[in-house]
Amino acid sequence: MLTGKRQSAPVQYRPSAELVPQVLGGSTSAVARMITRAEAEYDEAAPALSDLYRHGGRAHIVGITGVPGGGKSTLISALIRDYVAAGHKVAVVAVDPSSPYSGGAILGDRIRMGQAADPSRAFIRSMATRGHLGGLSRATFQAVDVLDAAGYSPILIETVGVGQDEVEIVTAAHTVVVLSPPGLGDDIQAIKAGVMEIADIHAISKADRPEAAATAAAIKAMIALGSDAPRSGWQTQVLTLSATTDKGIAALVEAIDAHRVHLQASGELAPREEAIARTRVLSNINHLIRRRFDDGTQAMSAQLQAVAGRASDPLTAAMRLLGPENTEHRT
Amino acid sequence: MTTQNNSAPAGTTSSAPQRIRVLVAKLGLDGHDRGAKVVARILRDAGMEVIYSGLYKTPAQVVDAAIQEDVDVIGVSLLSGSHGPLFGALCQQLRDKGAGHVLVVAGGVIPEQDYAGLLESGVNAIVPQEARSELIVTTIRDMVAARGPI
Repeated sequence: MLTGKRQSAPVQYRPSAELVPQVLGGSTSAVARMITRAEAEYDEAAPALSDLYRHGGRAHIVGITGVPGGGKSTLISALIRDYVAAGHKVAVVAVDPSSPYSGGAILGDRIRMGQAADPSRAFIRSMATRGHLGGLSRATFQAVDVLDAAGYSPILIETVGVGQDEVEIVTAAHTVVVLSPPGLGDDIQAIKAGVMEIADIHAISKADRPEAAATAAAIKAMIALGSDAPRSGWQTQVLTLSATTDKGIAALVEAIDAHRVHLQASGELAPREEAIARTRVLSNINHLIRRRFDDGTQAMSAQLQAVAGRASDPLTAAMRLLGPENTEHRT
Repeated sequence: MTTQNNSAPAGTTSSAPQRIRVLVAKLGLDGHDRGAKVVARILRDAGMEVIYSGLYKTPAQVVDAAIQEDVDVIGVSLLSGSHGPLFGALCQQLRDKGAGHVLVVAGGVIPEQDYAGLLESGVNAIVPQEARSELIVTTIRDMVAARGPI
């Protein structure tokens, strides 16, 4: 059995600092490479990413979430087409799960997206969760920063197909669209806590199916019961759409834009930006602390043995490892 | 799985796991993708991140997707017999768009007498039809390690 093989020329590594001006100039390959380096967590890329973050803040970030198979990728494909036709430079970050066993992933969202879109107007990037829970990956936020700095807006984030409690998207996006296919469960599903209450816009997919009207009615009834969510002045929208027949897509684009205008006019944008900043800082604190202990330090293994042998308990062990300066309660 | 070779450029060390990214693609008029899906699954189980292109793609579409996804490798399964012109166009467009660093692996039904021509046109490796899954995985791992970080 013969395998044909040719030696490739070694690749010259371009420092991330050199990529920054190219990202700001909108270079597709520089944007793609910076996202790769954010995912890889190269030390060398950190200053460049921090530089790009400071250039961002212009993009409207739209989170699209919902159960697996609900039609998120198909919907995004239709949105890409409409945004490009309206002259926008649109970007999509599509997240799919990593295997808990091998760490590998099949990223299949791209198949349904951007069939006809001009690649210079529509940037699509698939990302794996790499073990991060909550529907996004750790580097999703940084990918959005890079795309924002490169002038893309809107930026659509497609979460993994979520269950009921993966609500991280609400602290990553300005506008959250929850997409529900018709015919999943009764109306009590619609009043449970979690994903169903984070929507700025509810979209019911596959409206060509007969159960779509009933699903829309159940969600409208849930909203009519009253909302405690701190969404001052915004009336949560409920839309039915069918990406295959193109029904409701234009209305969704309009609703997303109306929500963007509302955030700016009502002064709600600033607190949302602060909530996003808070989530991101806390998540980085969590990451930095874990990194100190994940590598199996001696102190760590001693504590693990003590906990496993019931000579200590998990909370005491954690407090000993962190030291008093990190475990004192704020007064 | 940390793939750092000794000649890694400064600052590219990382405590995060490094993942090889592969675009598994179908080119041209070739509607059979069972093999491509099997390979995608093999690579996933070897810890790689696999993007599947879907059917009937043009070389230009595959190259644009490879650049945006910033993959290390494009793996193309081709059963239609038109591997000569399609791989030629794919490799030419990769070079034209500044993505000559992307490694191209050919698989599917490719007669041995065509190997030399494909390698000449820029294909990096040809994995024969009867290859075991380990051969596919090690071919990709070795090539990416030899190329170094991008």
